[in-house]
Amino acid sequence: MTQDKNPPHASLINPEDADIRNVAFTTRLEDFVNWSRKNSLWPLPFGTACCAIEYMSVVSSHYDVSRFGAEVVRFSPRQSDCILVLGTVVEKMGPVLREIYDQMLEPKWVIAVGVCASSGGFYRAYHVMQGIDEVVPVDVYVPGCPPTPEGIIYGMMKLQEKITKGGIVRARDRHKLTGK
Amino acid sequence: MIDTPIITTRRSSGTDKNSDKFLQLNVGPSHPATHGTLRILVKLEGEMIRDMKLEIGYLHRCFEKMAETHSWNQVIPFTDRLNYVSAMMNNVGYVMAVEKLLGIQVTKRCQRIRVIVAELSRIIDHLVCIGANAVDLGALTCFWYFFRERENIYDLFEAACGARLTTSYTRVGGLLADLPEGWTSWCRKVIDNLPRTLDDVEGLLTGNRIWIDRTRGIGVISQERAIDYGFTGPCLRATGNAYDVRKAHPYYDYDQFDFKVITENAGDTYARYLVRMAEMRESIKIIRQALDNLPEGDVNVNDWAITLPPKEQVYNSIEGLMAHFKLIMHGIRPPKGEVYSYSEAANGELGFFVCSDEQGRPYRVRVRPPCFAIYQAFPEMCIGQTVSDAVATLGSLNIVAGELDR
Amino acid sequence: MLEIDTNLLESKLPGFSNRFGKDVLTVSDHRGDLTIEIQPSVLRDALMFLKATLRFEILMDVFAMDYSKFDPPTRERFAVIYNLYSVSQQRRVRLKVFLNEDKPEIESVHDVYASANWFEREAWDLFGIVFKGHPHLVRILCHHDFEGHPLRKDYPSDGYQRLKSASPAAGI
Repeated sequence: MTQDKNPPHASLINPEDADIRNVAFTTRLEDFVNWSRKNSLWPLPFGTACCAIEYMSVVSSHYDVSRFGAEVVRFSPRQSDCILVLGTVVEKMGPVLREIYDQMLEPKWVIAVGVCASSGGFYRAYHVMQGIDEVVPVDVYVPGCPPTPEGIIYGMMKLQEKITKGGIVRARDRHKLTGK
Repeated sequence: MIDTPIITTRRSSGTDKNSDKFLQLNVGPSHPATHGTLRILVKLEGEMIRDMKLEIGYLHRCFEKMAETHSWNQVIPFTDRLNYVSAMMNNVGYVMAVEKLLGIQVTKRCQRIRVIVAELSRIIDHLVCIGANAVDLGALTCFWYFFRERENIYDLFEAACGARLTTSYTRVGGLLADLPEGWTSWCRKVIDNLPRTLDDVEGLLTGNRIWIDRTRGIGVISQERAIDYGFTGPCLRATGNAYDVRKAHPYYDYDQFDFKVITENAGDTYARYLVRMAEMRESIKIIRQALDNLPEGDVNVNDWAITLPPKEQVYNSIEGLMAHFKLIMHGIRPPKGEVYSYSEAANGELGFFVCSDEQGRPYRVRVRPPCFAIYQAFPEMCIGQTVSDAVATLGSLNIVAGELDR
Repeated sequence: MLEIDTNLLESKLPGFSNRFGKDVLTVSDHRGDLTIEIQPSVLRDALMFLKATLRFEILMDVFAMDYSKFDPPTRERFAVIYNLYSVSQQRRVRLKVFLNEDKPEIESVHDVYASANWFEREAWDLFGIVFKGHPHLVRILCHHDFEGHPLRKDYPSDGYQRLKSASPAAGI
């Protein structure tokens, strides 16, 4: 790359003088969109039980999830794109979770935090749903009962990885484009 | 899956001639101000609550049935998840019940350690309660201040038992392990820092015009009604009744500690806040005294039918190995009988009724959750006030869904 | 037939045996927990008496028991237990009534103690004990499609039941 004597902002002011390589870079659209998506997750904490208490630690001063761009906690499903299911979901709660998931706009992701949300945990009982994947599709499972705040943050980083690799077209529209 | 809407906001219809006057609003079960999985239906006239209905059970995890399918010690992890904000106190309450059934006394050192960890978790519970209540009313700063202290206490718990939240620290007849080296001086440092934070938050809230306007005279309940509803703990003491299990029926030498039972007379949200705030200071006093008088010695009772033998005995003697094997395979077998044991948890009297049939598993474990009785009175405390006042009241009652629904 | 320790009863609860003496079935003091077993027919009166005369102001807890797998066999299959506490005198008493398996019915005390309301609903939900006169005896913890009573001993602990319909439009 040739080094321009002018600083970059100067090139911006005089585009005709500038070497294009100093003011722009090329990338794939998917990479760019995914990069911005993964760094601005707006989580919806669907807190039911113990894991929700740990999530309080994740967002508060000590662990500070804003380092990963995911601190804008929204309690409205219409304003968020990542739902964290924190805690046991029982049969009575299942339809509520589904309804909230349906209210979220695409793109949307689900993290099942803790073993209860992942598989029912040690509650093999008459009223406990054996994993939320019975009602909503799950992107990341975080083990632990409850997971440590580090664990929850690791789960969010895993989701960021997944977003980086994913497409930007909605799953339900993909078959229209590809014909499959 | 079911796709009929659950969350509805609609004008009440039907034969009511004032049907246009009222609006029916559904709050929860997933709502930022419900602190868990509570569902509230309110009938509004303008902004005033005219009627209210509660729906619970959105976190019914079958604790009592699960307890019947596990051995006595295996129930302890389930007790963590009753009131998950202060798991230590549930652990202590449950093992106290089993020890009462067995008719044993744990060692002095074990008692003191249980007092220390229980009071620490009472502080956590009150911190979370006041912090979350303040967040609901728009005061976010207190929450950050409190959570800094809470992390310090969680670090202490993690050092003692390996888990932050779901501790499972107690065992029938003792503890999982003795405190690690240096824990007591560390604990002293943590509780020495606490009063400063409490002062900060008291400075922010106690005399704050907004806080007082939002909480004083809100969610009032009289002492008679509170007793009728079975209130215990800070919510009862905020109505002027000084009932505290630690004073009325001292366990673990609580009568030898110098502390006050805090009461307020107003019975409103502000009074409950003041009681919780002052109780934390009393807890700090208790912890200091317990740390000063922490005796040396064993933490487990010396009975191999109840607690595991020391590891040298397991590896080097046949008796130790057999005792270990028998306890792991068959569990503890308390004599037949039924007892009700109670302790002062953060929300009030936490009772455990246990029944044994000598089969190695509890025949029945019944938990008396303090929240369950308190939450029943919620409509009575809110009718005639605005929706935003109901949010303030709910936060001050500290309803923990895990304990409410079990 | 068990002998009733009237002295114990009289020393702990003066006046109780005079009033309900013939309906008291057993009295025990196991590990310091005073437990009185009485006939179901007088339970409501006994609670009113304990509240008004002996000042047991708080009904701490109401719950049921299923003794069907207990050894030795008990009088009847079900029992309902009432834990009372007196704030003014700082003492406790436990009342116990046994109920028939075919017809587990007892009178509701929701108007004597306000706290009984939800506890009775819970006992109905989990054990199927019917509280006569209760204003709103519906499920409180389990979902509305649930069949059977899960805390009974013959109900399997993993007897999971799916929700079949949306929750009924809950009105006030």
